[in-house]
This record gives sequence, structure tokens and C-alpha cells, in this order.
Amino acid sequence: MINALQSLGRMGLNRLKSLGQAGILLYRVLFCLPNIRKGFPLVVQQIYFEGVLSLSIIVVASLFIGMVLALQGYHTLAKFGALAQLGPLVALSVTRELGPVVTAILFAGRAGSAVTAEISLMKATEQLSSMEMMAVDPVRYVISPRFWGGLITVPMLTIIFNMVAIYGAYLVGVKWLGLDAGVFWSNMQSSVEWHSDVLNGLLKSLVFGAAVSWVAVTQGYFAAPSSAGIASATTRSVVYASLLVLGLDFIMTAMMIGAW
Amino acid sequence: MTDLALFATLVIMSRNLVEINKMSYSHENGRLVFQDIDMVIQQGKITAIMGPSGVGKTTLLRLIGGQLIPTHGVIKVADEIIHTLSRKALYQLRQRFGMLFQAGGLFTHLSVYENVAFPLHEHTVLSNDMIHSLVMMKLQMVGLRGVAQLMPGVLSGGMARRVALARAIVLDPELILYDEPFTGQDPISLGVLVRLIKTLNDDLGLTSVIVSHDVTKTMSIADDVYVIADSRIIAHGTPTEIARDRSAKLQQFIQGLPDGPVPFDYPACAIAEDLLGE
Repeated sequence: MINALQSLGRMGLNRLKSLGQAGILLYRVLFCLPNIRKGFPLVVQQIYFEGVLSLSIIVVASLFIGMVLALQGYHTLAKFGALAQLGPLVALSVTRELGPVVTAILFAGRAGSAVTAEISLMKATEQLSSMEMMAVDPVRYVISPRFWGGLITVPMLTIIFNMVAIYGAYLVGVKWLGLDAGVFWSNMQSSVEWHSDVLNGLLKSLVFGAAVSWVAVTQGYFAAPSSAGIASATTRSVVYASLLVLGLDFIMTAMMIGAW
Repeated sequence: MTDLALFATLVIMSRNLVEINKMSYSHENGRLVFQDIDMVIQQGKITAIMGPSGVGKTTLLRLIGGQLIPTHGVIKVADEIIHTLSRKALYQLRQRFGMLFQAGGLFTHLSVYENVAFPLHEHTVLSNDMIHSLVMMKLQMVGLRGVAQLMPGVLSGGMARRVALARAIVLDPELILYDEPFTGQDPISLGVLVRLIKTLNDDLGLTSVIVSHDVTKTMSIADDVYVIADSRIIAHGTPTEIARDRSAKLQQFIQGLPDGPVPFDYPACAIAEDLLGE
């Protein structure tokens, strides 16, 4: 009994210590801003690696999600004679929830895991230590560009996700199932509000981008410098980031609809 | 040389670049690594730190480099107590020394040229032409000017280590720390590295600290040797003095004897118990 309590206590202390380390790293990334002249090209490079190279999965996933949403929505709304609401259904679902959340989770799986693996491998091969001993702060040169790259990229990917998903829904609802295009677009336009739907969705995506990037760089920076450590860190990065996104989504949604 | 100039040269050459006083260090898990060790590394000399595997030689280099903080005691590098410096001051001090890691530590996403040029881009405002000239000179020193455009992934282990050495000396440091430079090298690469370390130290007026358990090669170029075992320094002196020291533990290490004060068998129960389940 005492041993179990001791183990529990030790585990709790280790978790708190990890959280503290992650918090200090986030503080250094956010408030110890790098030299703009040297840091900006690094951030742009990371926007390419994390954002541009994630486009294919985002576009394909969003197209199919839009198409499935329209298909399911069509058959459900048809029972209530409310097919005209297909456009608003798709647009509101995508802009408020599916766009930010699915983009963030896909980003965590594709780019977040890659960032974690890259940083942990750099740690294992002593590249980060070399950088430190060359008087170059690895947080400024490696961690910070990857964090800011992710933070900037996720909202942009979310916008692309939203557009392609709605287009996918248009293909299924209008082109395939025969809904009137004018009804589809006009009802969507009148139901979707700029501030409470689109902007709130983008605000969510900004927060999710920060969360996913923070988890990815933290897991990589504090990974054990071995092959098992790298594998473990990469897996944890995806799992923690996904769960954090879902948790933050609930909290932010509750705040946004005034239920807080 | 006049008497005054000779005297000044001798004063400079005998200055201690690194001083370690009553230093103790334990890992976070409580394992004691060093207990009350004293060490001086004289400017202009090659100092070897040797000992069995796992004794903490690499940890000592990290303590000297300021990556770790000692539990007790003082470590002075170039008259600065390194573990009390602010981050900015520490990084400014680190620009005055270089380190060659066991794994090389080359940046895999940069070419050989870009790796060697990296410290120059980060710490100087030299023009690209000047940087090009400096990089080529340093690569020429290590005999690898011809691989400047290759990526680290295609280099052999020995070549990668020489490129890392070129990068470590590109800012003309005062002190270079070598972490197991001879490990895993074929005889030719070994000979090249030994010659390079000696030549660079003497020709550039560097101070070198070599951490190694390759007794023969290290003692062939070292001016001063420390041997660490059981958390303490068990021997210190010139290579000749070390070779003549009759202590059993030191002789077991120097001669590579499989059994002695450090036993061959790791402590375990009687073999009959394991085999017969008695």
C-alpha cells in the first residue's frame, strides 16, 4: 500500500516536473524573441516544411469530409423536408468545429510527429549539444522557428480545409444529389456569421496550432536520446496533441457560446 | 627573444586555462560521479583525461563546458566561474572554445561547407567571400577541402570527425575539448586524427583536453594526464610518470588487464544457484 502510494507520488511529481519544463520552454519561445533578421528565414523555411508539405493530406481529407457530411446530411434532412438547410449544416459544422479540430489533429499526426522526431534525433546525435557549445541557443535556432511555423501554418491550413470541405459538399449535394445551387449557397450565406462562426473558428485554429506545436517541440526537446526514446516521444506527441486539441475545443466552444 | 619576452611567454604558457577546485557532482538519480576532485589544465598543453568506461569523463567535459552545474566546488574557465554565468555571458565565453563530440554532431541538413561556416554566420559579420576563404582554409587544415559540397550522411566516420574538428576550430578558439575522438576509428583515421590534434594544438597555440580510454594514442601526444576512477583522480602526471606508477588499479587500466582491482566478474550469487536453482 505504502509502495503504491510512493509510486503514485513519484509519478505525480515527475508529471509536474515535465509540465514545468514544458512551461519554461514555452516561456522562452514566446518571450525571448530571436533576432528578426536571422530568425525570419528559419520561420519561413518551417512554414514550408510544416504547412506546404501538409497540404496534400489536408486537401484530400477535407474533400472527403465535406462529401461525407453532405451525403449524410442530405439523407437525414430529407426526412424532415429540410434539404434547403444542407448548405448551412455543412458550413457551420466545418467552420465552427470540423475545420479547426480535424486540421489540428491531422497537423499533429503529419507535421507534429515529424517535428518531434527531427528534434529528438538532433538531440540523440548531439547536434543540439554541438549548437550549445558553439554558443548558439538551440531554442532560438531550432525550437522557436518550428513553434512559430506551426502557429502560423495551422490557421492557414484551416482556411484551406474549410474551403475544400464546402466545395466537396457542393459536389455531392448539388452536382450529384441535385440540390439547387442557389438554395445551397444563399442559405449558407445567410446562416454563417463572420464573427461568431468564421472568426471564432480561426481563433480556435490559432490556439490549436500553438498547442500542437508546443507539444511537438517539447516532446522532441526532452526526449530520451535513444531510438526507443525517439519512438516514444513521437507517439506521445501525436496522442497528447490530439487530446489537448479536443479538450481545448470543448473549453473554447463553451466559452464562445456563452455557456461558461 | 629578449629575456623579458621569454619571461612573458613562459607566464602566458603556464597560465591555468581551466581550474577545478574541490568539485563534486551527482546525477539527478543520486549517483555520485565525482567527489572533491581538483584539476588544472594549463594553457598551450594537451591534457588527457582517462579512465574506465562509465566513470564520467564525458560528464566532466560537460561540466567544463557549462552544460552541467556541479553539486559542490568551483570550475573556472579562463578565470570565470562558468556555472555562475548568465546565459549571455556563458555563450560569449563559449565562443572562445570549441568541442568535438563523440558522435561528431554535424548538422545533417547542412553540407560540409555550411556546417563549418555555421559559427562564422552566427557570430561574425564577415562577408561571404571572407567566410568562404576561412572555411576552405580550415577544411584544408584537416585535409578535406575536396568534400566541401558533400552532405554529412555520405562521409565516413573518420571524415565526419575531421569536418567536426574543422568546425570546432573555425573561430580560432583558445580551448578545444575532445570527447572520445579515437573511438571507432580505423588505424589510418586514428593516425590522421592523432597527428591533427597534435599539429593544431602546437601550430595554433591551442589548449586541448582529450577524454579517451585509448591509452596508447592519447599518451603519445598528451603533455599532462589525469586518470579517474571511483569518483576520484587516482593518478596525475606526465605520460612517463603515469607509465611508471605502480598502483595496481592504474596498471590494470594502462595495460588493459582483464582482471585485477576492477574484477572481471560483476558481483553475482554463486553459479551453482543460477544453474541448479539452489
